[in-house]
Amino acid sequence: MKILVCISKTPDTTAKIAFADNNTKFAPEGVQWIINPYDEWYALVRAIELKEADPATVLHLINVGTADSDPIIRKALALGGEEAIRVNSDHADPYFIAAQIAAVAKEGGYDLVLTGKETIDYNGSSIGGMLAEILDLPYISHALKLDLQGSEVTTVREIEGGEETNKVSLPLVVSCQKGMAEQRIPNMKGIMGARSKPLKVVEPVAADTLTSIRNFEMPPAKAGVKLVDAEHPEELVRLLHEEAKAI
Amino acid sequence: MSVLVFIDQADGQFKKSSLEAAAYGAAVAKAMGSKAEAVVLGNITEDAASLGQYGISKVFTAANATLDTVDAQVYTDVLAQAVEKSGADVIIFTNNSTAKAVAPRLSARLKAGLVAGAVALPEINGGFSVKKTVFSGKAFAHVNIETAKKIISLNPNSYHAAAGEAVTATVEAFEPAIKAGKVQLVSQNKISGEIPLSEAEIVVSGGRGLKGPENWGMIEELAKLLGAATACSRPVADVHWRPHHEHVGQTGLAIAPNLYIAVGISGAIQHLAGVNRSKVIVVINKDKEAPFFKAADYGIVGDAFEVMPKIIEAVKKLKGVA
Ligand SMILES: Cc1cc2nc3c(=O)[nH]c(=O)nc-3n(C[C@H](O)[C@H](O)[C@H](O)COP(=O)(O)OP(=O)(O)OC[C@H]3O[C@@H](n4cnc5c(N)ncnc54)[C@H](O)[C@@H]3O)c2cc1C
Ligand SMILES: Nc1ncnc2c1ncn2[C@@H]1O[C@H](COP(=O)(O)O)[C@@H](O)[C@H]1O
Repeated sequence: MKILVCISKTPDTTAKIAFADNNTKFAPEGVQWIINPYDEWYALVRAIELKEADPATVLHLINVGTADSDPIIRKALALGGEEAIRVNSDHADPYFIAAQIAAVAKEGGYDLVLTGKETIDYNGSSIGGMLAEILDLPYISHALKLDLQGSEVTTVREIEGGEETNKVSLPLVVSCQKGMAEQRIPNMKGIMGARSKPLKVVEPVAADTLTSIRNFEMPPAKAGVKLVDAEHPEELVRLLHEEAKAI
Repeated sequence: MSVLVFIDQADGQFKKSSLEAAAYGAAVAKAMGSKAEAVVLGNITEDAASLGQYGISKVFTAANATLDTVDAQVYTDVLAQAVEKSGADVIIFTNNSTAKAVAPRLSARLKAGLVAGAVALPEINGGFSVKKTVFSGKAFAHVNIETAKKIISLNPNSYHAAAGEAVTATVEAFEPAIKAGKVQLVSQNKISGEIPLSEAEIVVSGGRGLKGPENWGMIEELAKLLGAATACSRPVADVHWRPHHEHVGQTGLAIAPNLYIAVGISGAIQHLAGVNRSKVIVVINKDKEAPFFKAADYGIVGDAFEVMPKIIEAVKKLKGVA
């Protein structure tokens, strides 16, 4: 059993979002970079649990990024996994990234590829699906649960208006969200061990890019809050009805 | 050059957000000087021709029971056939769970650039760029689609469904080749009767300030009076006071209702990330320093347990409910 977990690098959830170069680039000054929470808390931890249940499991991590990703890759390795592969590219187009991961997944013969539900910076929710299509594999999107019995997989996933339980055989691509696993904190042994784990850097394969970011824009600032006296909440209801026309 | 809108349905009914996608698709078609068509998969109880009200001139239907559940691989295959049949260059989805499973696959299949989470009509002078949310709603990006075929997945509540011009729609049964899916359905658990949070126009939400699940009666009562959905902050779902699907924010659902009422929620940046695109934000918090007030349009500094019953009374009066 070989598992590949896709790890992306995102600004910390509390990072101040600002842009540079005429709003064409994210301004990284002072930003703390983290492993995308869905990749770390759910995809990676669930993969680690599967390996704990079956120690013969091979667990590798992949990131498509530049050397700037190395610290978060090491952090992921401190949680678990034997080795990481970094495809050396700064491309941001989801299809290009998916094609890189697909090439590594195919070459390495992985049975299960896990992604997060979405990156908290780009919010595409798209790389898992693209990857599955390129590999011609079934795709379970937004999974809340994943259990393995040999090569039979049972998943619970989010669907419009509820949840659905499915059975499917490996090989498979799954995108993971809350429910899958509980967040873990790396321990000292893990952090020390991560330093000597292999981090292979490979060059990207040729692939199309389908989109590009033209520029960014910040939402307009709020005008400021209108406070209503706590003794007269009915005034709030009047304002919402007559002024905001929201109720 | 035409537009094809995928109309998602639930239990045979068109989703409100799909009607928004239909009206949006019609507006895109108008801007390109072409026509908007739609495709509906699975059995429906609605009149497919009613999509004409939103500017759709032709509806392809595939009333096959296999398509009543969404298998991303099967759907992609069928939608690729629909795209070929209609000759569409622009394909529109509503950015819900179905689209998140299917649109990326279709994008890879057709090598059609995808913008997921669009919030406005595309700009089509020369290039083709679409505005979408990034950084969990803290900013927007304008994304260029560089391929001949293009896919846009429109965020719910971003485009008004009635904005289209009515036309007469023809309905054509479309008989796609359907491959057997590899995913076997075991069971489905749908939350019925409630307004889906992602589509709700009004949302009443509670945080840790409500002290315990036994105090949610006032949240539910206000929501019911307003025809609203209920939501909560993450710690509330984490300790199981409320179900997980109600959790909004950076790591939960991102929503954009017309009105968001936050009760006993501090307004942490991760919470704001999921709700800051709401048109009107109301905050009720006993701490005047709560960060949420900075993001609010209206607020009451006060104890929710004293304020909420009075609000409920006033809304009852407004709605003429005894
Ligand atoms: C990576 C990451 C991701 C996260 N993602 C999310 C997310 O998606 N969604 C989310 O919500 N959070 C998220 N969080 C958590 C977030 O940082 C906050 O901890 C959380 O939103 C706080 O929830 P709360 O406002 O309900 O509780 P608290 O912060 O405890 O606030 C309770 C509020 O209630 C007020 N209050 C108390 N009693 C009363 C009363 N009687 N009447 C009126 N007001 C009262 C208090 O003044 C206070 O402001 C995330 C955190 C991290 C680190
Ligand atoms: N550069 C990347 N390298 C590796 N995996 C990635 C990368 N970008 C995104 N992913 C994976 O794809 C998932 C969905 O990303 P997105 O489609 O951008 O929302 C993420 O949660 C990651 O698991």
